[in-house]
Amino acid sequence: MAEIVLELKELHTHFFTESGEIPAVNGVSIKVHKGEVVGIVGESGSGKSVTSLSVMKLIPSPPGKIVSGEMNFKGENLVNASEKRMKKLRGNEISMIFQEPMTSLNPLFTIGNQLIEAIRLHQKITKKEARKKAVDMLQLVGIPRADEVAGEYPHQLSGGMRQRVMIAMAMSCDPELLIADEPTTALDVTIQAQILDLMRNLNKEEDTAILLITHDLGVVAEICDRVVVMYAGQIVEEGTTREILKDPEHPYTQGLIKSLPNMHEREQQLYSIPGVVPKPKMNSVGCHFAPRCEFAFERCFQENPGLYALGNQRQSRCFLHEDTEGKVKKHAKADIGS
Amino acid sequence: MVSYIIRRLLMMVPVLIGMTLITFSIVHLIPGNPAQVILGETANQTAIANLEESMGLNEPYLTQYGIYVKDLLQGDLGTSLRSNAEISTEIWPYIAATFELTIFAMLFAIFIGVNAGIISAWKQNSWFDFLAMLFALIGVSIPVFWLALMEQWIFAQELGWFPAYGRQDNRDPIAPITYLYVLDSFIHLDFSRAGTILKHLILPSIALGTIPMAIIARMTRSSMLEVMKSDYIRTVRAKGSGQFLVIYKHALKNALIPVLTVIGLQTGVLLGGAILTETIFSWPGIGRYVFEAISYRDYPVIQSGILVVAFIFVIINLVVDILYKIIDPRINY
Repeated sequence: MAEIVLELKELHTHFFTESGEIPAVNGVSIKVHKGEVVGIVGESGSGKSVTSLSVMKLIPSPPGKIVSGEMNFKGENLVNASEKRMKKLRGNEISMIFQEPMTSLNPLFTIGNQLIEAIRLHQKITKKEARKKAVDMLQLVGIPRADEVAGEYPHQLSGGMRQRVMIAMAMSCDPELLIADEPTTALDVTIQAQILDLMRNLNKEEDTAILLITHDLGVVAEICDRVVVMYAGQIVEEGTTREILKDPEHPYTQGLIKSLPNMHEREQQLYSIPGVVPKPKMNSVGCHFAPRCEFAFERCFQENPGLYALGNQRQSRCFLHEDTEGKVKKHAKADIGS
Repeated sequence: MVSYIIRRLLMMVPVLIGMTLITFSIVHLIPGNPAQVILGETANQTAIANLEESMGLNEPYLTQYGIYVKDLLQGDLGTSLRSNAEISTEIWPYIAATFELTIFAMLFAIFIGVNAGIISAWKQNSWFDFLAMLFALIGVSIPVFWLALMEQWIFAQELGWFPAYGRQDNRDPIAPITYLYVLDSFIHLDFSRAGTILKHLILPSIALGTIPMAIIARMTRSSMLEVMKSDYIRTVRAKGSGQFLVIYKHALKNALIPVLTVIGLQTGVLLGGAILTETIFSWPGIGRYVFEAISYRDYPVIQSGILVVAFIFVIINLVVDILYKIIDPRINY
């Protein structure tokens, strides 16, 4: 197996608000290997964006704070890293692209200016060289008339183009890890596919590891090698994309997949998991998903299940994996769709 | 850019026409005979007739307005009734005095206000933020005349650091060229005089600049706080830039538009003449010029004063609009 680029161990990022402490990320452990695309999936409020911002240490603080855990980036624990060290890493070895291409670029500076800034923050080269590199990057991400676009302002470009610019900016310093926080959510479907293709190519050619945050299982199927499913600040299931999509173990993942529209079956109404993601609370009792789970039994409301290891990097957080003798068993799920 | 400026200049034309209509009407809107009002109740008929003749009040309104505008276009603002001097030459030293004071007051207000606003937003809820906003609140609420008197008492009377009034040492007056005394003393290469003149400017500048400073500080702070929350600021941080670059390059430029609006308006207000400050510091500015004209019922001077101040306001708005466009490429009319 390739070397590990990023390893989160029992990461806790909490928000300290007037209404109390909120464990937005509650003990999350994720490994990302070199050249791998790992997806984090979950509904809004599941803590996936906070996880990604924690890695960059861009959590708005106050109120947010990384309370405990480790974030090892190529062996260096970023939890203790100074702001100075983080500035060297951000945009250089760890890059990030965001959900909203329409507002993620500064409207008052040209595309070129913003790219050149990103390049010159980390590379000691002249403005002229940086400009050439910026234009090269724009070409690389498939922007036509890159030289002209470098002199234009963000409002002169479409959403897809702006997201390409964001990717060019993120890739300009050849990062080891690219964090993409819902990069295609705000784009229409054809542009989505183009952006995903682009990211896939960059991943293959540059061997960049990608941590992709999304709520869209279609995007996951398209690009991810491995998937982590998050719910209410915790991981509920992990596995390869194939395993997760074909053979989901956790009732929540099963529900997510059931709620996808199916081309072959004409159902009257699309399935949806009843209820909403609860707001994470400190010292909450029981499984977070229990109130919405159709298989929940008494124990689910009394204690929070741990993650049951079901194979190589395959795990699920559900008591159904425990048989009467307390041993772990696979395929605990009730047969879905029947 | 050029077409933007041209369009913006064309937009000024109706405003300017409106201005002249209003100043022209001032004389005619007074109840009764303008000549009678100007000369007072006790004036005799011949004097009134003479004045009507010389002011052209016997002509039809339209002709009078035509003559008025024609004179204005030639730079002729009429004659002062009190001094019998050409207003266009007489008014300049007053404008220059106000202009100089406004520049210094606004420099003071902008420098302190913008920086205090930025630091307050940067260190939101810190003791600096708290103190700065407290001072800003005091700054907008304080009566100018009280502040001016306190300044005179503390810094001129008690400490003797600065002169209490006037534009210069009157025992040794400058030979004026532009009537902007600081500029004049540099033209004369008379640097010790420049020092004295600057000293005279300090107290009135602070008195006049305090309210704009407080308004600018509050506006900068709230505008910066708004901008700091935006997505592109997060992008800049994700690029790995330091706090300084984030704040002074990316955030400030975006926060500047509303601040610029306030700066423009405040500059206009100050240039309109600050009667209180000018009176307390014996500053011979446009405010006092017009004020005195009012007490002498010197209508041509009142008209010209209002027209000049309004014109300056229009010019400032033009400059602000051009600056908007320079800052924000998305702006278009």
